[in-house]
Amino acid sequence: MRSDLWRNWPLVSKLAGTQNPLARRSFLGLGAALAGSLALGARPSQAEPTPASPPADAPWSQSIGPGVVDRPYGRPADTEAGVIRRNVPWLTAGTESSISFSPLQDLHGIITPNGLFFERYHAGRPDVDPDQHRLMIHGLVERPLILSMKDILRFPQVTRIHFIECPANGGMEWRAAQLNSLQFTHGMISCAEWTGVRLSTLLEEVGVRKEAQWAMVEGADGAHMNRSLPLNKCLDDCLVVYAQNGEALRPEQGYPLRLVVPGWEGNVSIKWLRRIKLGDKPWYSREETSKYTDLMPDGTSRGFTWLIDAKSVITFPCPEKPLAGAGLYEIRGLAWTGNGKIRRVDVSTDGGVNWQGARLHEPVLSKALTKFTLPWRWDGQPALLQSRVIDETGYVQPTIAQLRKQRGSNSVYHNNSIQTWQVKPDGSVFDVQLA
Amino acid sequence: MFSSRERTLLLCAGLVIAAGAIARAAEPGHYGYGEKATPGQIAGWDIDVRGDDGAGLPPGSGTVHRGAVVYAEQCALCHGAFGEGEGRLPKLVGGAGTLRDDRPELTVGSYWPFAPTVWDYINRAMPMPAPHTLSADDVYALTAYILHLNDLVPSAFVADRDSLPKVKMPNRDSFVWTDPRPDTMAKACMSACADPADIKIVSTAEGRNLTPRTTGPLDTMQPK
Repeated sequence: MRSDLWRNWPLVSKLAGTQNPLARRSFLGLGAALAGSLALGARPSQAEPTPASPPADAPWSQSIGPGVVDRPYGRPADTEAGVIRRNVPWLTAGTESSISFSPLQDLHGIITPNGLFFERYHAGRPDVDPDQHRLMIHGLVERPLILSMKDILRFPQVTRIHFIECPANGGMEWRAAQLNSLQFTHGMISCAEWTGVRLSTLLEEVGVRKEAQWAMVEGADGAHMNRSLPLNKCLDDCLVVYAQNGEALRPEQGYPLRLVVPGWEGNVSIKWLRRIKLGDKPWYSREETSKYTDLMPDGTSRGFTWLIDAKSVITFPCPEKPLAGAGLYEIRGLAWTGNGKIRRVDVSTDGGVNWQGARLHEPVLSKALTKFTLPWRWDGQPALLQSRVIDETGYVQPTIAQLRKQRGSNSVYHNNSIQTWQVKPDGSVFDVQLA
Repeated sequence: MFSSRERTLLLCAGLVIAAGAIARAAEPGHYGYGEKATPGQIAGWDIDVRGDDGAGLPPGSGTVHRGAVVYAEQCALCHGAFGEGEGRLPKLVGGAGTLRDDRPELTVGSYWPFAPTVWDYINRAMPMPAPHTLSADDVYALTAYILHLNDLVPSAFVADRDSLPKVKMPNRDSFVWTDPRPDTMAKACMSACADPADIKIVSTAEGRNLTPRTTGPLDTMQPK
């Protein structure tokens, strides 16, 4: 085949014994190949194995790569294979009712790639047949309806960018600094562009009866995961979505259909959505009584704590991405709030004694991740890095000490405290908490 | 207030006004997509039971004794013979009076506010490998047994749609159902916000060996 002839043409590729000079293994074999080429009397310019290229060309600059549709869907570079969702094995009994964490330390924007969006399952990941999937809307409505995916795709489409955060994000840090990792202290958050239909459109279509005040939303997973939502939130900004970052939802994210409840704790954004029932009172399901309630020091518990309060974190540097010697750096981070937009982010390098305003990067969207940066000249001395967000309501992100004063350390959920990263003189970074 | 006829008239008037004011406001059936859900179809999926009053509980019943038999077959492997839990799998029993402790134990007996929620959750999600496969009677029996293990009902208790909502769970009145946040009133001080001498590290994740690695393949954290 002609394409194979072209691919085999470069000398280095031929000597390396591969038809794919971009494959990682061929890099490993490169030294041997170049040694071989010397023995065969190849041009000296090809015989200098200089890892950083200049003045010689790298092998991929002297060859032709695989053609289009070699990877019909596409995937990250092989050298990025470590950028994956990860779990904390000791946290849960198994992986079916568990959580994974997005690798925030390796992400650079406000959009989480679909394969890296954090996962939370209550009965594993169902593989739903979209042709058989149905959404039923009933209860206190005028016209109970059953909609197929084809029906749902016909409704007027909306697209919005919103984060989803598990309220247990940071939950292991209530008592003390425990996990030396940005991925594990903050990775239960992701942000995507969602496309679907407004829930209000569907509710207008069925006709909400006057007595209706609440909606019960339920998934098609084995846990039939369900939550109660006040009707006014449903009519305000909730979305029933089938697409994430422009393509169909991933099975991990509720394929073929999920709810997105902007700015509220992730578990109410029911995945594999199959049923919406309107009623006059909340349901008090297991997932809103025994779980996702916040135990206070006096023994009382808070229920229906849906809102994600403002939170921010520095994503560079972090334990996974230490500093390499004194000099000029750009501190980078993410901020978000369920209350709307970010107004301001401040950064401290001395443990909160002094602060300066960071630059917010457009777009600054409501209930979405917002990126911030601040140039910082590190003098090589110990530093304590913090970020603090103020949202458009004026709410200021608290310290862990301020949170504990109100809620003790057994409330599991809604730890939105300021994160402190300790920078040591060797540039290494550690998760710490301050008095 | 209004009779149902008056309400209908008001509603109609409202709709006429709304339709006139906003041409786009959709009336029910505006798009006409999908099919009307029949009572039979609704009944197939209408599994929810409301926690506080048991609305939605089906006919049927179950005894503590029957529950012990079903529990041994369906539940004990993960939740322990007497609800004591197995490894990290959830305890169903115990923890009474521990909610203010340093290490509280949250179980059906110590924490769950409503007994019908126990029926709802078993019915909707348990047993985990084969959810939604137990009969209504067996779910009633399991609910009775778990409540009995927690000393909340006598051994002669029969669970049904009338008896379950009447079981007063110990923690029922300890929940606040309106969110009191914001509960921290942090200020955005910009300079000299604290005495540098007071800035002390009180805990660090360094050296705790709790963190899975974040490079290379997934870390199982099994001893090497």
